[in-house]
Amino acid sequence: MTIGSASSLDAAPVDLNGPGHYLHWGVIQISVANLVVIAVMLLIFVLAIVLPFPKGRGRK
Amino acid sequence: MTEPIGTPGSVAAPESEAGGWTGAVRRRAVAALPPDKLLPDTQPAYMASWIYVFGVLTLAAFVVVLATGTALAIEGPAWWHTSGFGHYVNSLHLWSVELFMGFMVIHLWGKFFMAAWRGRRALTWITGAVAFLGSVGTAFTGYLVQQNFDSQWIATQAKDGLNSVGIGAYFNVLNFGQMLMWHIVLLPALVGVLVVLHLLMVRHRGIVPPLARPGVAAESAVAEPIETSEPVAGS
Repeated sequence: MTIGSASSLDAAPVDLNGPGHYLHWGVIQISVANLVVIAVMLLIFVLAIVLPFPKGRGRK
Repeated sequence: MTEPIGTPGSVAAPESEAGGWTGAVRRRAVAALPPDKLLPDTQPAYMASWIYVFGVLTLAAFVVVLATGTALAIEGPAWWHTSGFGHYVNSLHLWSVELFMGFMVIHLWGKFFMAAWRGRRALTWITGAVAFLGSVGTAFTGYLVQQNFDSQWIATQAKDGLNSVGIGAYFNVLNFGQMLMWHIVLLPALVGVLVVLHLLMVRHRGIVPPLARPGVAAESAVAEPIETSEPVAGS
């Protein structure tokens, strides 16, 4: 199965036209893509707590 | 007509009983959610943190999910699989769901670690948790109705798991029509109703304050008059 044209795949920053990459750790198996998403969510969560919130107009 | 409705000589009912059941429902609704509580123009000062933004981000993504899903339902798979604009709306539907689930999980983490069920907010927490589970089911059935090889693969893999727990006869992932109805009618209705209830309860009880630091007096978890308030950002 092909998705999209070859030219659009060539232009993509990441070539997703292939089998996924998986990590195995005992009974745990996770795709690199899912692991990256979880890591990014954890990063956003930490940043949301750590980063200062801008003061809006009219705030005291 | 200025004459009050009623039998001649009847005495007007006291305000607390007037209007029958509709009046009773109205009085109860207004008491629980007066307009300034339903649509507040100030928020507690403790909300000046990015972690409080993820609830409304989830809601914004949900609106895009519903709008793009409506467009897909109207035009059909022959459109979203073949036309350029159909591909675009299909992608918007996918990525708004990705953001919806991501924002919702970060919102859940934030509320979990601040024990957001404090101050009689248990039902707010429960409706959010059930809405999350309903969203997982909606996303799953969405993958099943893509009408491509991916959906066939997911369905044939999922059927064994669902059969093993005994619900395959009632929730048959190989039945396209059934999965389509779950995806575009039943589960969105469930999630939509839960989201509305969740929001009304958030407005009723107020936004939960953060947990107290050691040695620092805690804000009351029970919301009632907001003492230290600031204008909503941008207002």
